[in-house]
Amino acid sequence: MQKALKPHSILPGFGLSLGFTLAYLGLVVLIPLATLLLKTSTLSWDRFWSLVTAERVLLACRLSFGAALVAALINLVFGVLIAWVLARYTFPGKRLIDGLVDLPFALPTAVAGIALTTLYAPSGWIGRYLQLLGIKASFTPLGIVIALTFIGLPFVVRTVQPVLQDLDRQLEEAAATLGANQLQTFRRVILPQLVPAILTGFALAFARGVGEYGSVVFISGNMPMKTEIAPLLIMAKLEQFDYTGATAIALVMLVASFAILLSINLLQWYSHKRYSGAGGGICL
Amino acid sequence: MNFKLRLNQWGGWLLAGGLALSLAGCGHQDAPAGTTAASTPSGTVSLLNVSYDPTRELYEDYNKAFADYWKQKTGQAVTIKQSHGGSGKQARSVIDGLEADVVTLALGYDIDAIQQAGLIQSNWQSRLPNRSTPFTSTIVFLVRKGNPKGIKDWDDLIKPGVSVITPNPKTSGGARWNYLAAWGYALRKNNGDEAAAKQFVSRLFKNVPVLDSGARGATTTFVERGIGDVLIAWENEALLAVKELGQDKFEIVVPSVSILAEPPVSVVDKVVDKRGTRAVAEAYLQYLYSEQGQEIAAKHYYRPQLKSVADKYAAQFPKLELFTIDQLFGGWDKAHRTHFADGGVFDQIYKP
Repeated sequence: MQKALKPHSILPGFGLSLGFTLAYLGLVVLIPLATLLLKTSTLSWDRFWSLVTAERVLLACRLSFGAALVAALINLVFGVLIAWVLARYTFPGKRLIDGLVDLPFALPTAVAGIALTTLYAPSGWIGRYLQLLGIKASFTPLGIVIALTFIGLPFVVRTVQPVLQDLDRQLEEAAATLGANQLQTFRRVILPQLVPAILTGFALAFARGVGEYGSVVFISGNMPMKTEIAPLLIMAKLEQFDYTGATAIALVMLVASFAILLSINLLQWYSHKRYSGAGGGICL
Repeated sequence: MNFKLRLNQWGGWLLAGGLALSLAGCGHQDAPAGTTAASTPSGTVSLLNVSYDPTRELYEDYNKAFADYWKQKTGQAVTIKQSHGGSGKQARSVIDGLEADVVTLALGYDIDAIQQAGLIQSNWQSRLPNRSTPFTSTIVFLVRKGNPKGIKDWDDLIKPGVSVITPNPKTSGGARWNYLAAWGYALRKNNGDEAAAKQFVSRLFKNVPVLDSGARGATTTFVERGIGDVLIAWENEALLAVKELGQDKFEIVVPSVSILAEPPVSVVDKVVDKRGTRAVAEAYLQYLYSEQGQEIAAKHYYRPQLKSVADKYAAQFPKLELFTIDQLFGGWDKAHRTHFADGGVFDQIYKP
């Protein structure tokens, strides 16, 4: 058994480090999540089912996951673009822009929420022009997407940027000497190497968006059935001292998020395996 | 606004941590003498008052006054720490172990929840005068200067084209008073017809474009973002907003009928007995009913209960017909189950 688990490595201490990893993850991740499960298990199955399949909960979950997906897709495109510019070009103020990318990480989400709402409200700097175009941003699902795009941006940039920086230029040069045009080089040489990083960034941005609360409550308007996100429903339940109801929704979100993250991870492993050609090192 | 709230939450945690530390320290010092810090007449004693958001300034003033009074009376120095946040959130913190000696919350329902968790005796509301409510407030309207939509009473809020701002009763304790005030008005106007009241409140909420999660958030939406024609708010919040933001921008409209908002107070029995602070905690709450306590409440735009002070500030608080939650709704528990619990009337309003 131990032989099957133990990879050939020059680094010593596999047993110790694995033990530490499991204990640490258990303490920090598994036990808190298990209490969630424990609390939910006080509900009867029927009650649980009717709670989590209530129309309002379903709509809120759809909005939370849907808006997070759209925002993560937007970040996927523009995050790669920003990473590209930051990794491949030098220009004045590059360091500053590089630092700006991380700001959504560091900012308390409530600050982001207030700032975005002020900007996009009908009286705001951007909102007033959008209104002329007949677009309502704040207090609509669009506003939620804007908030989630904002807070999710660093994930894609920061996962793709180092990979781009480490790319071997010789491969591109080789492709060029073999007669590939720029598009072909990008599509067949660069992109495949980026895919795992892009997927990771996408998954992180998506996961963050699903659970985001602080910035969204300001800009969403919180209208039941329309712009109400799932975390707000959890807060509403807590406000009524309905602890089990709150944990039931939380559990559903947890399971759904985990399933999505796991499938993205599998996809990433698959693409890594396919493009890098390295068969070993991956086992489930 | 909510950023502030977050800071407060952190403040609350820090406070809790600090309190635990100071407690531990006191225990060590006084253990040999066989007494606790609280019962030492010459020592210092600390209280934690867990309250809701808009009472921050009020209790800052009051705490100073009480500390002076207590020092004079007993020679003991008392420091009072404050923790503020949404009322329901504060109640949850106490249930989850925040060691509050006293709670001063926005609605009885939240104190009931702490009582049901076994931290407060079941007779809490009858232990102090006026159902443990030292001062009251009511629900009024804040409109833009000149009252462009001509809003006079509750009926004007359901007219088409009038945009109403109120927070979400599911997430905000204060918003529950707003909701029940509208419901009570409709009930009275229609001779107790529940169906008519439901229709009235449904129409009112159809006019609400944004449901903020808390009362201060709703005030921001109305005042800062310029959204809506009328804000439904606590009287003390409305008076404060007008005073802080200028009388040239907003006006208060007092409806013909509204609800008597009763923010109650209670000692947390489990905590004061454990910490030995019962005497000072009880005195802290009783002093709210004194002339000076009432004066401070009135200065912070809460309606005093004491007649002498009420008379003095009569100009500040217009007379209007007020009903109580017990009269029209049979208490918080029933009101909550009917209106705000899952599948209750509020949820039905938003059924597509």
